Amino acid sequence: MLDERYQGDETVFRLRLSGLEPLLVGPETGFFNVGERTNVTGSARFRKLIEAEDYETALEVARQQVEGGAQIIDINMDDGLLDGVECMRRFLDLIATEPDIARVPIMIDSSKWEVIEAGLQCVQGRAVVNSISLKEGEAEFLHQARLVRRYGAAVVVMAFDEDGQAETVDHKVAIARRAVKLLTEEAGFAPNDIIIDPNIFAVATGIEEHNDYGVAFIEAVRRIKQELPGVFTSGGLSNVSFSFRGNNPVREAMHSVFLYHAIQAGLDMAIVNAGQLTVYEDIPAELRERVEDVILNRRPDATERLLEIADDYRGQGKREKVNHAWREADVDKRLEHALVHGIVEHIEADVEEARQAASHPLDVIEGPLMDGMNVVGDLFGSGRMFLPQVVKSARVMKKAVAWLIPYIEAEKDDREGAKGKVLMATVKGDVHDIGKNIVGVILQCNNYQVIDLGVMVPAEKILDEARKHEVDIIGLSGLITPSLDEMSRVAAEMERQDFRLPLLIGGATTSPTHTALRVAPEYGAPVVHVKDASRAVGVVSRLLNREQRGGFVDEVAAEQARLREKRARKDSRRRLLPLEKARQRRFEPDRGWSPQRPAQPGLHDIRPDVATLREYIDWTPFFHAWQLKASYPRILDDPEKGGTARQLLDEARAMLDRIEEEQWLSPRGVVGLFPAERAGDDVRVLTEEGSDQEQCRFHFLRQQSERPSGKPYLCLADFIAPPGRGDWFGGFAVTAGPEVSERSQAYKAAGDDYNAIMIEALGDRLAEAFAEYLHREVRTRLWGYASGETLDNESLIRERYQGIRPAPGYPACPEHSEKGTLWTLLDAERRTGMRLTENYAMDPGASVSGFYFAHPESRYFGLGNIDRDQVQDYAERKGWTLEEAERWLAPNLAYDPAKRSLRATGS
Amino acid sequence: MSKDCFETLQQGMAERILVLDGGMGTMIQNLKLDEAAFRGVRFRDHPSELAGNNDLLNLTQPEKIQQLYRDYLEAGAELIETNTFNANRISQADYGLEDLSHEINRVGAELARAAADEVASATGHDRWVVGVLGPTNQTASISPDVNDPAKRNVRFPDLVSTYAEAIDGLIEGGVDLIMVETIFDTLNAKAALFALDEAFEARGRRWPVMISATITDASGRTLSGQTVEAFWHSVMHARPFSVGLNCALGAEQLRQYVAELGRVADVAVSAHPNAGLPNDLGEYDQDPETMAELIAEWGESRLVNIIGGCCGTTPEHIRQIAAAVADKPPRPLTGKERSVA
Repeated sequence: MLDERYQGDETVFRLRLSGLEPLLVGPETGFFNVGERTNVTGSARFRKLIEAEDYETALEVARQQVEGGAQIIDINMDDGLLDGVECMRRFLDLIATEPDIARVPIMIDSSKWEVIEAGLQCVQGRAVVNSISLKEGEAEFLHQARLVRRYGAAVVVMAFDEDGQAETVDHKVAIARRAVKLLTEEAGFAPNDIIIDPNIFAVATGIEEHNDYGVAFIEAVRRIKQELPGVFTSGGLSNVSFSFRGNNPVREAMHSVFLYHAIQAGLDMAIVNAGQLTVYEDIPAELRERVEDVILNRRPDATERLLEIADDYRGQGKREKVNHAWREADVDKRLEHALVHGIVEHIEADVEEARQAASHPLDVIEGPLMDGMNVVGDLFGSGRMFLPQVVKSARVMKKAVAWLIPYIEAEKDDREGAKGKVLMATVKGDVHDIGKNIVGVILQCNNYQVIDLGVMVPAEKILDEARKHEVDIIGLSGLITPSLDEMSRVAAEMERQDFRLPLLIGGATTSPTHTALRVAPEYGAPVVHVKDASRAVGVVSRLLNREQRGGFVDEVAAEQARLREKRARKDSRRRLLPLEKARQRRFEPDRGWSPQRPAQPGLHDIRPDVATLREYIDWTPFFHAWQLKASYPRILDDPEKGGTARQLLDEARAMLDRIEEEQWLSPRGVVGLFPAERAGDDVRVLTEEGSDQEQCRFHFLRQQSERPSGKPYLCLADFIAPPGRGDWFGGFAVTAGPEVSERSQAYKAAGDDYNAIMIEALGDRLAEAFAEYLHREVRTRLWGYASGETLDNESLIRERYQGIRPAPGYPACPEHSEKGTLWTLLDAERRTGMRLTENYAMDPGASVSGFYFAHPESRYFGLGNIDRDQVQDYAERKGWTLEEAERWLAPNLAYDPAKRSLRATGS
Repeated sequence: MSKDCFETLQQGMAERILVLDGGMGTMIQNLKLDEAAFRGVRFRDHPSELAGNNDLLNLTQPEKIQQLYRDYLEAGAELIETNTFNANRISQADYGLEDLSHEINRVGAELARAAADEVASATGHDRWVVGVLGPTNQTASISPDVNDPAKRNVRFPDLVSTYAEAIDGLIEGGVDLIMVETIFDTLNAKAALFALDEAFEARGRRWPVMISATITDASGRTLSGQTVEAFWHSVMHARPFSVGLNCALGAEQLRQYVAELGRVADVAVSAHPNAGLPNDLGEYDQDPETMAELIAEWGESRLVNIIGGCCGTTPEHIRQIAAAVADKPPRPLTGKERSVA
């Protein structure tokens, strides 16, 4: 199955590059930066190193860029005194042998084609050529473009044509348009291999015409992104502040402000000094305002006003003062400041101060440090901090945590042995491990043994180590979006290798929805999303506690099912398969299976006693009915609800005793097993074995919401064999008895609401228990296809048996009117006294009915949303009008029927 | 390849997992040819040793090579690879036979063409000839000298001209597809793809290209250090017919990388693993049943579109693999239809 990021989509374009590792730039990745320091025209230091042939130090410059967060490195050897071809080749050959550097893609930057070509001949990854242009006309442009394509690189096109460099928005956009047309129509480029650089020129030069250069770039970016879908944009940032050479604080402020606005306009990447970007928020207000005036050309005197104050910021002068002010704040604020600004100098002293004030060292992590990191996350998310700064923040955080660890460990109660072993890893392709480390620390503090495999751990290693250490739980962490897919992959691999360990999912981009939709379905054992470090202990302890585990796992599974359903509803309109296609991808039962004839076909009345039924009660829904939402039996030990729950259970049992002894209720039911065959999405019940005469027909619905490839689009009819195979089908209707509501009424009349609810809750439970009991009778005796089955009540509740008993109204067959047919078939009213209301509700209320499917692969599923084609088809099968069908199927409609009628009436 | 022939190939691929042949090296070893056999009459007086120059056998033992092709075709291989893995100027220079590169390629292709056509008309089942371009024995990204990391034994332009000559021979010999395989160093492969693009442009016609890299060990990377996904990004510009992995690992070890490739590449996925990992004696001894069983699961999991074998595999391996995947669905091709015409 293709990864979503690679699926063809007309609206989403991604730039695909690589060094030793892939780089995918798309809508979800946001702005990214290209390191500019390995450029002899931009960095005097780098030029001197290359001139002196000190390649070793020059490589260090490249390495620092990558470590500082550059996602691509730009390499430029254009200098009159250098042999550009030779320098480019040599430097790229050297980079190829340095995996720390070579992991990122290369941007080969030169205005000379021969230098670019020499560079292209040295890189194994998918590089970017920076740049080609229409300066020498179309023929030269196309010649170079075709070669770039043949070498397999993406290309930056400068907004430069026969008339020179474009300065106005219109000229920039016109060149972009022309270049993209030529590249896509005549040079075989896809739009997403094209990056337009609309020229960043210096502003505040004192020349009036230059004042609008910043705005022109930003506007050009905005228009290019709108008018040329799929095309990326880039720019060389340092040009903009050229007139403030020597005044780095002002230059950095200009860069930060410029980027802030350009990114909002849609700028995809820029060539920047990755290690040196100021936080937008951090620029002193006065400076920021005046810089903004200049960049956005907001007033004619903007340049003068910036010049007025520029010198105040030059060197260390005012900055020093600003820098010190934060030291006077309280310790929490200082920690936040240090994290946001990536300052490590005072971190240990500050953390120590916070530790002394806190009652536990862990509180410092969970309190001020996590708060600070949240601020970092928010700033990053809103484009006011950039990746390199976040890397610095992480460094500060690590240092802070490292300081606290000895204290945390000293506090740890090591009298008892480890409560369990948890293996943790940041998944392959991801390097973020702060969250994981914090979780590790917290778990260790709680006496769990943690095996931390570190970062970028491939699935194979995770599973091998899990086996080797015999761990109890595996925890996966990741911060970046692609890690989400990697987590699903690990889960799938665990399933394939028959793991049954619980899997925890955590990290900033993970979510309960993602876990429910993408990870949990891959793996048969529990998959739990852990929202933050503070939840980790609770989750782990419940998963490792024998009594609590089942209930907890059920809760998680139920919540995940809910999220999936919610998501399915949301998505269904977009991704529905036409009914015919869905039918082609129906579930095909195993050809080796053959139906089993029931031991006792036909109709049977069933009259069990309450003593029998109460053994089959599933208590969890009983507590839910009382608004005590936790699973049985765990709820009995719940610190808050436990007392109430135990009392309630005692009273319920006392009432059951009375029901049993005083024979309050007369449970009764009917079951029938009939020869049947599948006919499309219907099941035909035949009059007698071997006959093909139809006694009645049940209509089922088929899933249409897009399913993972290879997964069938289910319909309950799929579980019945086609004609000629001698298959069987069953139905049942059971009730705890009409006396339930009579008793309840009586209690209510006597003002005893408590017992009125109690008898109703128990009546419901007994009806369900009856259904469970009867299903077992059918499996082991009446039909007898699983005569050897031995399951305890817990296993019954968890449906660990062959065959299902869905009822009209269940997610698999949500249309209730089918109950009418069932009633006739079972002669249910006469045999049990159970009636159907006009809306096919059962009376008495404490009743359950349903169908029996015996096929070993039959299972419960949710129909999800269905499209008009199926509703129309269903209406025809049922002999209804479309409107009737839409009314009965309203909750499952993927479309709004009202809209259709609007169109139909021509308005 | 004629248009019809390509259409049947496309059609076949949509319907089933196509079967590629198995390893040539082991089969040639089993022939136990001596120096004299390698030399034949034509190279009786050649100054250097020629034993081990398997590609030369196209010229000196054509019937034997053709029989090997036939063995694979009869075992069920639908795509047959030419015996030209080292038939390039750079590799042949070791034997002083660099000037024979074109001829060895052409004859290798002709022999395969004849065998494929013969078996196709006998069985009524299409067979395709895949012209093989090996990695050469030099790498363009890796320095041969630890003390001089910028040193290179071979440069991109040399590789391009080397491959151009081999491609010429293969096309003249009548191949249907061309496969750049056993890629250790992506830069070498990019040179081959560059040469192919030039050759296609010169002829005004494109042949379907298969690309197959080699993951050297459990690091999951090529010898030159790329991950599977990075590798795909590096070669996707060639708009290949298929991309895949071969050699170095057995099916068991290769599986996860094939799966990964399948998740990122929107073209057909191929694989031809070795018959397991080499044993203590450096021999590949995974038996056909075991390998076929592993591959059957790949089919079950819809991992591949084209499957074959590499080192240590024999016609029996291919026979069993073909049987194992016969009823298995191919990996779904969700990418846009690709045309090479």
